Amino acid sequence: MNAAYEFVTGPLAWLAWGIFLLGSAFRLASMYQLAKAKDAPSLAFMSWSYSLRSIVNWLIPFNALGWRKSPAMTVATFVFHICLLVAPIFLVAHVMLWDQFFGVSYVTIPDSVTDILTLVVIGACLFFAGRRFLQPDVRYLTTGKDWLALVIVLAPFLTGFLAYHQLLDYDLMVILHVVAGEIMLAAIPFTRLSHMVFAVFTRAYMGSEFGGVRHARDW
Amino acid sequence: MGIQERLIEDVGLRRGVSRLTPEIIEKIVNAVLKGETGARLKTYAETCMRCGLCSEACHYALSHPGDPSYTPAGKVHQTMSVLLDKKGRVDPEAIYGIAQIAYTECNLCRRCVHFCPVGIDTGYIMSTVRRICHKLGVTPQYIQDTSHSHSATVNQMWVKDDEWTDTLMWQEDEARDELPGLRIPLDKEGADIYYSVIAPEPKFRTQLIYQAAAIMHMAGADWTMTSEPGWDNSDMCMFTGDFEMMGRIKRVHFESAQKLKVKRIVMGECGHAFRSIYDMGNRWDAWKMSPIPVIHSIAYFWELMTEGKIKLAKKYPGPVTVHDPCNVVRGRGLHEKLRELVRFLVDGDIIETASNREHNLCCTAGGGVINCGPPFKNVRVAGSKAKADELKATGVKTIVAPCHNCHGGLEDTVHAYKLGMEIKFLGDIIYECMEKPEV
Repeated sequence: MNAAYEFVTGPLAWLAWGIFLLGSAFRLASMYQLAKAKDAPSLAFMSWSYSLRSIVNWLIPFNALGWRKSPAMTVATFVFHICLLVAPIFLVAHVMLWDQFFGVSYVTIPDSVTDILTLVVIGACLFFAGRRFLQPDVRYLTTGKDWLALVIVLAPFLTGFLAYHQLLDYDLMVILHVVAGEIMLAAIPFTRLSHMVFAVFTRAYMGSEFGGVRHARDW
Repeated sequence: MGIQERLIEDVGLRRGVSRLTPEIIEKIVNAVLKGETGARLKTYAETCMRCGLCSEACHYALSHPGDPSYTPAGKVHQTMSVLLDKKGRVDPEAIYGIAQIAYTECNLCRRCVHFCPVGIDTGYIMSTVRRICHKLGVTPQYIQDTSHSHSATVNQMWVKDDEWTDTLMWQEDEARDELPGLRIPLDKEGADIYYSVIAPEPKFRTQLIYQAAAIMHMAGADWTMTSEPGWDNSDMCMFTGDFEMMGRIKRVHFESAQKLKVKRIVMGECGHAFRSIYDMGNRWDAWKMSPIPVIHSIAYFWELMTEGKIKLAKKYPGPVTVHDPCNVVRGRGLHEKLRELVRFLVDGDIIETASNREHNLCCTAGGGVINCGPPFKNVRVAGSKAKADELKATGVKTIVAPCHNCHGGLEDTVHAYKLGMEIKFLGDIIYECMEKPEV
């Protein structure tokens, strides 16, 4: 078990982070090259101020028309994304790993709070899954790729929760948790999770076009 | 559920599909995808999380509750997603349904933009699907006819060169009974304003030319129209996906104004023609914006109002509601000027529809949908139920709609849903209410 733990927190972690960071950089760079080659009539309109205007307005809950028309989904989306980032980044155990491997340490949040954030992420995933099963328009659109993205995100939180509470075999669960987290990182550039990398640019373009060409709000 | 259960017979679609083979389809789909699309389409296809937020956006979806195949993402799911997933290997029958969705079940109104957190432009995706269908030769017959007319005559309605000038002289002659000094100046070099219209005006909305001439005359404008091809600012090729022709007719339009060395173009109350000059036609011709200043009638009338050049003998009886045409409002932000103008012209309040300004609901005629003709009329009118409900809730009798296509669509909607409302152009109201000298 110890050797397995060493492996998943050692070489496998390097691999996962490598795929995540280099893969994201590669995808961004190649997408930019493609945009320059094929999307000049769009690229020409990119504007910092209109991009930021759009991004900021969409980051305010219930500000955009779409947020207002689907309140439950809006709450779930915002809460999910906030917890998804905050819980793993500021978890005591994760910060200890950074400290252990790189001597880097920063502020943490209490485990009892992270525990709740984790439950929120799991709950939001279940909400998203419920929509995919029960809401006709979402069910109609759902493909294997969407389920894959959801499962990849759910897995590290579920295993993390089980490990923390030592509900099943702890040693195994920790290893599963680490692997699940690594799968999520590595999957970001190459699955629907790539919206983490690209959405800021699609949003920025829409903002630029609505600001610069259409003289109207895009939210 | 889905397009295969609601296919409508159309000669153009049917004949186009009959000429296709899976090999031709694969070749052409990939030629467009590789040759003409890039990061924009790729990121849209990849980052759409299939969340369904856009379902609440589309008037087709709102008018067909419980049928997800009308939602924006649902329509992409049945069209572009299929072409991308199968790498163009689809059979001809599938193209029929894909074309029917792209041409007749999406107005390219872009309301869904206000609903998509990641900023996906479904209008662009649907335009690209149309581009592919055009290249496959699968286009609805009626709109293809207007596109052919653009190719042959540089106007949308097969108006011959002599018929055009004849119509202008006829309108001038008529108007001089009422306003003796009125002229419709032709080919006047160096005029301040080059006034351009869409071909349906000389064809069957001739009174609009009369009214525009009367308004220009009373405002004392230095204006002209051209006797040469290029007078028609409309652009159905933009909507069929015939982008080569879109670029050609737009160039002719701009160059006809440049030849006359005018200061700027003023466009009649048209939505799609405006889209063609600031958004699509100009870009195809590699102009970031139009190469000569172009303003829409809303902005022009607003200028006349603020400069005190429209003098009213009376106000139009209100209250009224305002219909915001997508291409001039969500497309170009003219909603506040439109309202200032209406407040100036109307005695009474503006009763807003629930969705207004850039959040407007489309008339369901735009994006070339009404131009697909009678085979698709019932689908179009059914898709405007959400709009009809909003109009009805205002309780007013008058809709001000500064766009030809919106008029066409709203006339059908008002009739089908028994709304009992009249629909007015700004020009109708200004002409009716402005001071005119006694003859």
